[in-house]
Amino acid sequence: MSERKYTKDHEWIVVDADVGTVGISNHAQEQLGDVVFVELPEVGRTVARGDEVATVESVKAASEIYAPVSGEIMAVNDALGDDPALVNGDPLGKGWFFKIKLSNPAELDELMDEATYEAYAAGQA
Amino acid sequence: MAATASDLKQTPLHALHIALGARMVPFAGYAMPVQYPTGILKEHTHTRTHAGLFDVSHMGQIRLSGPDAAAALERLIPADIVGLAAGRQRYGLFTNDTGGILDDLMVTNAGDHLFVVVNAACKDQDVAHLRAHLGSSCTIEVLGDRALLAVQGPRAAAVMARLAPEAAKLTFMTGAAVTLDGIACFVTRSGYTGEDGFEISVPATSAEALARRLLDQPEVAPIGLGARDSLRLEAGLCLYGHDIDATTTPVEASLSWALSKVRRPGGARAGGYPGAAIIERQLAEGPPRRRVGLRPEGRAPVREGAELRDSAGRPVGRVTSGGFGPTVGAPVAMGYVETSLSAPRTELQALVRGKALPVKVAALPFVAHRYFRG
Repeated sequence: MSERKYTKDHEWIVVDADVGTVGISNHAQEQLGDVVFVELPEVGRTVARGDEVATVESVKAASEIYAPVSGEIMAVNDALGDDPALVNGDPLGKGWFFKIKLSNPAELDELMDEATYEAYAAGQA
Repeated sequence: MAATASDLKQTPLHALHIALGARMVPFAGYAMPVQYPTGILKEHTHTRTHAGLFDVSHMGQIRLSGPDAAAALERLIPADIVGLAAGRQRYGLFTNDTGGILDDLMVTNAGDHLFVVVNAACKDQDVAHLRAHLGSSCTIEVLGDRALLAVQGPRAAAVMARLAPEAAKLTFMTGAAVTLDGIACFVTRSGYTGEDGFEISVPATSAEALARRLLDQPEVAPIGLGARDSLRLEAGLCLYGHDIDATTTPVEASLSWALSKVRRPGGARAGGYPGAAIIERQLAEGPPRRRVGLRPEGRAPVREGAELRDSAGRPVGRVTSGGFGPTVGAPVAMGYVETSLSAPRTELQALVRGKALPVKVAALPFVAHRYFRG
C-alpha cells in the first residue's frame, strides 16, 4: 500500500497495486460537520482527475467530492447509505467513499503527502 | 477573510461565543455562531429534549410609544394591534403595495409601549419604513443597546422558574417585564423552534452575565444558527428572504392565520394596510400558488432552489428551504407549488443535481409544536 496522499480539495487516496481507495480528510469532515447523506458514483463509471464524482451532505450544505486521479470506479462504500456519520467518526477508515482503478498512476506524484497536506489545511482553517 | 470579518458587527455575546469554541460565520452583517463544538445534530436534539440558549441579538428590537401607536402600526400590518391586550404578543407581517411581505415581526403590548422584534437583515429597512409612515403618529426608538437571548426546549420553563418564578407563569405569546438575576429584562414566551420557550430582551451590558447564568443551568447548552435553522424548518416556520419575501403574499405563504379577523373584509377595521386589495382577493378566490411542506422519499436532502415538477415533468414550483430534519430523521423541505398541487400526499419531483427525486407534499409542521398555552 502506498502512503496516503491528499488533494487541495481535501480528498485522500491510498493505493494498493493499481486500485486507490478515496475518502475525505479529517479536516474536511470537521469543516463539514455532521454528515447526513453521501451520494456515491456508479460502479463502472470512468472519471477524469478533478471530475465531480460524489456529493457529501451535512445538515447545513451539500459539498462536491472530486476524483483525485483518473480511472474507473471499481466499488463504493455502501455502508455510508445506512450510516453516513461514518464519514465523521472514521474519515480515514470506515468512512471511505469509493475505490478507483488508476488509469494514470503518475497523477499521484502531484498530490500532497500527509505532512504537506496538514500544513496546507492548517493554513486554511 | 480577515477584512470581511472585521467589517462584521458583533453581538454583545461575541466574546462568549469565541470562549465556547463556536464556529463564527457572517449572517445578516453580523459574526454569528453557526455551531459550537458539539455540532448541529446534537445541538438540535438537545433543544428538543432539554433546553438550548440562542443568541439572537442580531435581530432588531424597536419600541413604539404614544397614544396612537397601535392604530398607527395597523396601517402597515394586517394584524389586530389595537385589540392586543396588555401583556399579549402577536405575529405580524409588513406588507407592500403588491401584497408581498417586507418582513415578519413579533409585536408585544408592553403596557405603555409596543415592543417589536424584526429580522436582522431587514431591520434598517423596517425602521426606515416605520419612520416614513408612522413618524408623525408615534415615537419610534431602536433599542440598539439591548441583546436578545432565546431559551428554547421542554426544560426551558424549569430553567426560567429557577431564575424568576414569574417568568415561568407566562403562557405562549405573552410577555412581561421580569427581573432575572437582578437584571431588568423583558421576557416573552415565544420562539422559533416549535418548542416551549422564552425570548429575553436584556441590556447589552448585562447580556453576557445572564447568558453565563443560563448556561450554568444543567439543562442548558449553547445552540448555533445551524440548529436554529433545522429546528425552525421542522416546525414549519418561515425564514424571511427564503420562504417569504417581497414577492410572496401572506395567503400564498400559508400565513393567512396572521391576517386578523378584524382586519379582513367585514371586520371592524378591514383593510387599510399596503396591498390589502390583492390580499383580500386572494383570500376570497384562493392564491395561484401556496407554500407547502415537502417530504423527499429518499435520504438525499432537497435544498433551497431545487425545481419542483409534477408527475408529467412540468415545472410547478420551487423549494425555498430544505435540509435534513434531525428529529424527523429524514430530509424535510418547504416550497411553493401551484395551488392545485398543494394538497398533502400529492406526488411531485424535485430536481437535485440533474436527477428527479420523488417528493410528497406534507402537512406542516413536520414536528408537532409544543407551546405552553397554560
